[in-house]
This record gives sequence, structure tokens and C-alpha cells, in this order.
Amino acid sequence: MSDSTATVNGAPEAHGIPHGHEEHPAYLRHHFASVEQQADTTNFAMWLFLLTEIMFFGGLFTAYLIYRNWYYPAFVAASHQLNIFWGTANTGVLISSSFTMAMGVWCAETRRKSGLVLCLVLTFVLGLVFLGIKTIEYSEKVEKHHVPGFHYSVQAFTNPASDPETYKEYKDKPMPLDMARHTELYFFLYFAMTGMHALHMIIGIAILGFMIFRARAGAYTTGHVTFVENFGLYWHFVDIVWIFLFPLLYLISRHQ
Amino acid sequence: MSTNTIVSLPDQSTARIPKTNFITKENGLLSWLLTGDHKRIAILYLISITFFFFIGGALAGLIRLELLTPQSDLMATDTYNKVFTMHGVVMIFLFLVPSVPATLGNFLIPIMLGAKDLALPKINLLSWYLYVVGGILVLYTMISGGVDTGWTFTTPLSTHYVNTNVMSTGLAVFIAGFSSIFTGLNFIVTIHKMRCPGMTWFRMPLFVWAHYAASILMVLGTPVLAIAIVLVALERTVGIGVFDPTKGGDPLLFQHLFWFYSHPAVYIMILPGMGVISEVISTFSRKRVFGYTAVAFSSVAIAVFGFFVWAHHMFIMGISNYAMLVFSLLTMLVAVPSAIKIFNWTFTLYKGSITFETPMLYAFGFMGLFTIGGLTGVFLGTSGTDIHLTETYFIVAHFHFVMVGGMLMAFLAGIHFWWPKITGRMYPEKISQLAAVVTFIGFNFTFFPQFILGTLGMPRRYAAYPPEFQVLNVFSTAGATILGVGYLLPVLYLTWSLKYGEIAGNNPWQATGLEWQIQSPPLTENFTTIPIMDHEAYDYEWLENQTLTNQNLENQKAKEVASVG
Amino acid sequence: MSEITHQPAENHGEHEHHVTPPIVYIIVFAILLVCTGLTVGASYIEMGVFNPIVALAIGVFKATLVILFFMGVKYSTKLTKLTLGAGLFTFLALIFMTLSDYISRAWGRW
Repeated sequence: MSDSTATVNGAPEAHGIPHGHEEHPAYLRHHFASVEQQADTTNFAMWLFLLTEIMFFGGLFTAYLIYRNWYYPAFVAASHQLNIFWGTANTGVLISSSFTMAMGVWCAETRRKSGLVLCLVLTFVLGLVFLGIKTIEYSEKVEKHHVPGFHYSVQAFTNPASDPETYKEYKDKPMPLDMARHTELYFFLYFAMTGMHALHMIIGIAILGFMIFRARAGAYTTGHVTFVENFGLYWHFVDIVWIFLFPLLYLISRHQ
Repeated sequence: MSTNTIVSLPDQSTARIPKTNFITKENGLLSWLLTGDHKRIAILYLISITFFFFIGGALAGLIRLELLTPQSDLMATDTYNKVFTMHGVVMIFLFLVPSVPATLGNFLIPIMLGAKDLALPKINLLSWYLYVVGGILVLYTMISGGVDTGWTFTTPLSTHYVNTNVMSTGLAVFIAGFSSIFTGLNFIVTIHKMRCPGMTWFRMPLFVWAHYAASILMVLGTPVLAIAIVLVALERTVGIGVFDPTKGGDPLLFQHLFWFYSHPAVYIMILPGMGVISEVISTFSRKRVFGYTAVAFSSVAIAVFGFFVWAHHMFIMGISNYAMLVFSLLTMLVAVPSAIKIFNWTFTLYKGSITFETPMLYAFGFMGLFTIGGLTGVFLGTSGTDIHLTETYFIVAHFHFVMVGGMLMAFLAGIHFWWPKITGRMYPEKISQLAAVVTFIGFNFTFFPQFILGTLGMPRRYAAYPPEFQVLNVFSTAGATILGVGYLLPVLYLTWSLKYGEIAGNNPWQATGLEWQIQSPPLTENFTTIPIMDHEAYDYEWLENQTLTNQNLENQKAKEVASVG
Repeated sequence: MSEITHQPAENHGEHEHHVTPPIVYIIVFAILLVCTGLTVGASYIEMGVFNPIVALAIGVFKATLVILFFMGVKYSTKLTKLTLGAGLFTFLALIFMTLSDYISRAWGRW
């Protein structure tokens, strides 16, 4: 029996003893026994948070799969309305931002302060580029009245010739009205899924801004890399969501 | 009632509450509202959920009052719809889901594991604030016209046909959901990463295992509810058609997403209660829990299987026959781990030294009532019978048996069991035993007639019913009055005990578990030195040796003092 | 004695913190870009029922690369891998079991 389980009533404050700075750095919270434990714990916590995100998007993916199965012709025609150039470009941008983020983590781990700042800035900029392209795409949808619930128009599907750009590429046949109406469901899923994704990007970019500021002060290049690492996990997750959104929304069927 | 008791209190003439503890550590409202101490957060939660419990209870009182007469005479049917909806929302999201985890779980899990706090104290505090915001939004909903869709928000009623406050309720549930997610996340991380040296997985108290399983459900299930609510909100505001049949949507999709969470939610609600029962039954039979490994694994099994049975809430809604078959079969499977626990608790009692303190009375109530509730769940899981019993009072009785007869009793068992640890004082035993019996009697009078009403065909969620059902309804309302008294008493005597209760000392129950080896109330940092766990859970022999050694040490000290003097 | 034992939690032994060399990131980056091109190209080819299968397969491959190398799961603890597995499992359960209802509705009453 160990007497460390015995108690002393009214014991003196457990932190009355002085700590050496090396064994008890400023960022070590007092309920942790070591820096390793704290890093391990926060890393695990971030993974669990990502699990909740997987399940959150899961509901939207379920809805998508069901309605794509039910209204395939509408989904095909509607997906032709998405600009494949911008979509591919955005995919490239996001993959690049994941690369720069991973390089940023490497810089933090190898204590390269200026490298880290550069990588974070690049990631930040690429994130903004992604959002910029999304804005271009969204405004196009607004112009063409393809926003569900806001004067939604099925004209581009019942009469494809009325949309010369898309018609030139895909030569879609005119669709009966009842199927054409289901394109609204496609666009709802498009806006919901990319919108939710964009919201996560915005939050990520905001945190990146904060991190750039702290990185310049050297906060992450003195051995305490967990914040950068854990944020990296979040950023890569957001990238993975897009890796699936892109083929599901843009690439349903682009052949004639 | 046996006068046998295991309670062992220090000498009341000399005993004092330890001067330094987590309550006296710092004073002032801000020190509580900005605390990171898991014990203070637990108490903040206890106060808030008790508040919401009584609001939900008042709403229940209104329901039972209305149902005294066959006509809808006390309130308009629309109002009645709002009353039972708010009763469900408040009781489920603001009481049952956080009840044991956020109060007892928060308080005890770090101590049971030999840790100084949960892994993420700030997230813990955030979780409470999210709960409060959710609660305030629910209150706002109630005063601004209420919502009348039922707590299940079934589409397309909630998306297209009601003019009530679906949005604010949805937002409240969304936010409260995140409170739950963060609590669960915190527990999982703590259990994996903050166990003291020697605390292997199979030396942890079963209370911790139960919370681990419930936390997995919280983390994986609640986000799906969140997205379901977001979709309802979008459907209501923008009218996109995702749940609208006229636009090609499927209302059943909402139900799939909703029940994907809400079925695991019932296990989120009951598992922590089962954890409490394991602790109480062991302590008051002075015996190891029979089949520790089976009980531990059955908790996890309930969590895993619980994810695959949700469509048994949708048997009559239009799912395919094949889905009905599959989900019905899987539902049979999920009953098995729960039954394993009941068997193991029963075998724990066998040849144990049983005493009947209040927590044990509640535990016995749990075992009987949860068994009945669970068995009726099997009737409902069989799709053939469910078609006739669903949406009747049979369902209402079933879930109240498991949730009120089961979970609420377990919560009260836990509050009484750990009250001495949290406050340093004992509750008054005689009146609390009386309250437990009153609760049990009141409960049975309230809800047993509802099984009969259900089989006779009385629908649920109706303010008016055929006159032949009145007698049973009157019984039920009478029972509800008794039940109300049974719930009011603890509030009164527990508050009384804060000032006048006997000093409890470290271990009034002579229980095993690390929480009973430290002072009552505990220090802010729980332990002065991180303990090393060197014995199995529920090791009563170790406890005896410990007591003997402490006794010897004290005798030694007394001798030394005597010889010096 | 009020000393704190600086012992880390028992379960997380001496896990070395693996630092992935940049060349790995560069190679993965290149493969990801190539795969993006592939998946765009594949959508222009008529493959019938294989179109969605190929698209998803490429997507899964890309996601796997990001998970293993960018997120470091290849060098992570068993716990991390288990956690990820649990998440994926539940995600797939949600999708497949819900879809099973929708697909079997078309099969008729029995």
C-alpha cells in the first residue's frame, strides 16, 4: 500500500515548491505532469473534435447520396452549371495550402521561425484565394438565378439553349419540368456543403491570422509546436472535405 | 427497514469540515463563474440542471392536470402541444443528457482516475456556458409563444406547417448539443491520457467505463443532430425542399438524421446512470461487482450497437420492409448488453452484506423499473407489435420507465451517495429513505397505468381522449402528485443538510475508490500527491488493510503522545 | 510530503515525435495534383456505372495520402489510428444504413 493515497487534511498548497524553469515551462498547465502529456492530450482532443466534424458533414453527404440517386439526370445537368476550371483551380489551391501548412509544421518542429511565418502566410493567402474563387462562383449562381429559394429558375434546364455557354460544352437535352425542378435540390446541397466548407475555411483563416502574429513573436519555434500541429490537422481535414466535394459536385458526369 | 447500516462517521463533537477545500479556496462570484476547477463546474451544472428539472416538472404537472378530464378543457389543444413539446425538450436536452455526466461525471472522473483535473478545464467551463445559453434560449422560446412540434421536430410539420418558435428551439438544442459534445470529448481525453500511475483500464471504477461509453456516443452522435437542425432551419427560412415532398424532398431523411443521434442519446442518458448503480450496488453489498469485465465491455457494446438501431423509431413512417426487418433484428441485439448488466448487478447482490441506505433504495428502484422499461422496449423493438403500440401511451410509459424509473432514480442515487464527498456533510437518512419510497410509489402510480392505456389504444400527445380512459388517467395524475412530493423533498433536505448535516469525514460508506481516500470536500487539486493505483477496483480487502493500517498508525501516534506526556 | 511526481500517464510511453522530411511532403503534393488532373479527365470519359466508382476511388486515395502524410497518421500512435478508424466507421454506418432504407424501398413490399 502506498502512502501517497493517504491524505493530509488542510495540506499546504501543492505548488508551494519552486520549479526549475526547464521542467516546468510557462505553457505547461498545472494539471499536467509533463509537457509530453499535455502535447499528447491536446493532440488527441483535436482528433476527437475532427471526429465530430466528420459526423457533421456526414449528414450532408447522406442527403447528397440519396438525392443524387433519386434525381440523377437533374444532378448531371445541374453540375454542368459549375465551372470546371474554377473548381479544379480551387482544388489545386487547397491542396497547395495543405502542402504549405505541412511545411509550416515542419518549420515549427525544426525551429525555423522565418520559414514558419512564410508557410503560414502562404497558407493564409491560398485560403483567401480559395474564398475569392468561391465568391466568383457564387456570384455567377446568383446572376443565373440558381440560388434555391431566391427566385430559383429552371430555365437553363428546361431550355438548355437559353444558356449558350453551358450548351456549347455539354449539349444537354431539354428536361421535363418535374425533373428540372429537382435541380433546386442539387443547388441546395451545393450551397449547403460548399457553404459549410467555406465557413470552416473562414474560421481557419482567422486562426491562421492569429498564428502568423504569434509565430512572428517566436511562440511556436521554441519547442512548443502543438498549436501549429493541431491547427494543421484541422486545415488538412478541411482540405479532405473538399477532396470529396469536388468530384461529387463538379465531376458527376462531364462526358457527352 | 433494516436498522443495519454501514455508515461510519467521525466523532461529531470534534469533527470539522476541512478548512481548506475547493469551496473555501477562493471567494466571490467571479471565482466560480471563471473557474477551471472541475468540481466547481460540476456544482454550477448541478444548480442549473436542478432549475431546469423543475421547469420540466412543472410542465409535466400541467400535462397531467389537463389529462384529468377527457376533454381538452384546461388549455387549448395548441397550448397542450406546446406544453408537452417543451416538457420533452427541457427534460431531455437540459436535464437527462447532462444530468449525471455534467454533475457527478465532472466532479468524480478526475478524482477516480487520480488526476488533478479534467484534461481540458477551459473547454469544461465553455461547455457549461453553452448549456446556460441553450437553456436561456429555451426559456425565451417558452415566453415567446413556445413550440408545438413535439421534441422530435418531425418534418414536414416542423418545416412547413407550424408558426411557432422552431428556430429558437432548434438553436437552443444546437448549442446545448455542443455543450454535450465538449463534455464527452473532455471525458474521453481525460480517461485515455490522465490516469494516474498504476491505473490500468481494468482497474478503473465501472462509473468511468460507463461515462467513457456515453462520451463516445456524445462525440459521434450529437453532430448529426446538429446538421439535422441546420437543415430544418434552412428549410424553414429558405424553403429549399430538402424535406418537402412537393419539391422532391423526403421528410424521412430528417427522421433518419434525427434518430441517428436521438437513439444513441437514450444510451447517453442511461449509461452514466448505470455507472452510478455499479458503484452503489457494490458499496452497499460490500462486494466486488460481479463480472467486472463483462459490465465494462457491455457499456461499450451498448454504445456501439446503439448506433445501428435508430430506425426502430420509424417503423410506421414509411421505411422499407427490409429496413424494418434489419433494424428490428439489431434492436434485439442491443438489449443483450443491458440485460448483462442487470444480471451482473443481481449476482453482485447475491451473498453480499446488503444494507438499505438511501442510495441503495434508489438503486433497487432502478433495477426493477429499468428492467420493466427495458423489457417493454423489446416489445417495441419487434416491428409487428410496434405498429400497434407506437404513438400510444405504451411508448410514453416505456420511456418514462427507463428514463424516470431508471435514469432519474440513478441520478438521485448518485447525488445521495456522493453528497458527503461533495459537501462534507451527510444528508438526513430517515427522511431521504422516506422520499425514495414515496418516489417509487408515486412513479408506479403515475406510469404503470400508462402501459395499460397504451395497449387499450390511447394515443400520445392528445389533450382530449375517449371517456373510457379517464379512470386510468386520474390514477396517473394522482401518482404524479405523489411523485412531485418525492422529488421536492430531496431539494429541501439536501439544502438543509448543507448547514445542519452531520460531518461525513473521508469515507462514510467505507467504500473503495480513490474519491473516498481524500478529504470531504476535496482540495482544489484533489490530491496532495498523485496516487499510485496498486489494487484492483472494488478491492474491499485492500480497504480493510488500509483501515487497519490507519488504525495502527493512529494508535501508534496516541501511544507516542501518551509516552511523551 | 507535497511533491509532485513528474510521471506522464502510464499509457503513453516513449512515443518519439516523428518529423517528416519535406521531400515526402513534396512528393505527396505532386501526386495529389496529378490525381486531381486524373479525376477531372476521368469525368469526361463515359464509363457507365464506373464513373462514380473511379471518382470516389481517386478521392479516397487522395484523402488517404493527406491523412497518412500531411496529418502524420502513418507515424502516429495506435490511439490516433483507432480514433480515426472509429470516426470513419461511424460515418460509413450513417451513410450505408440510411441508404439501405432508400435503396430497399424500390424492392417492393416483399
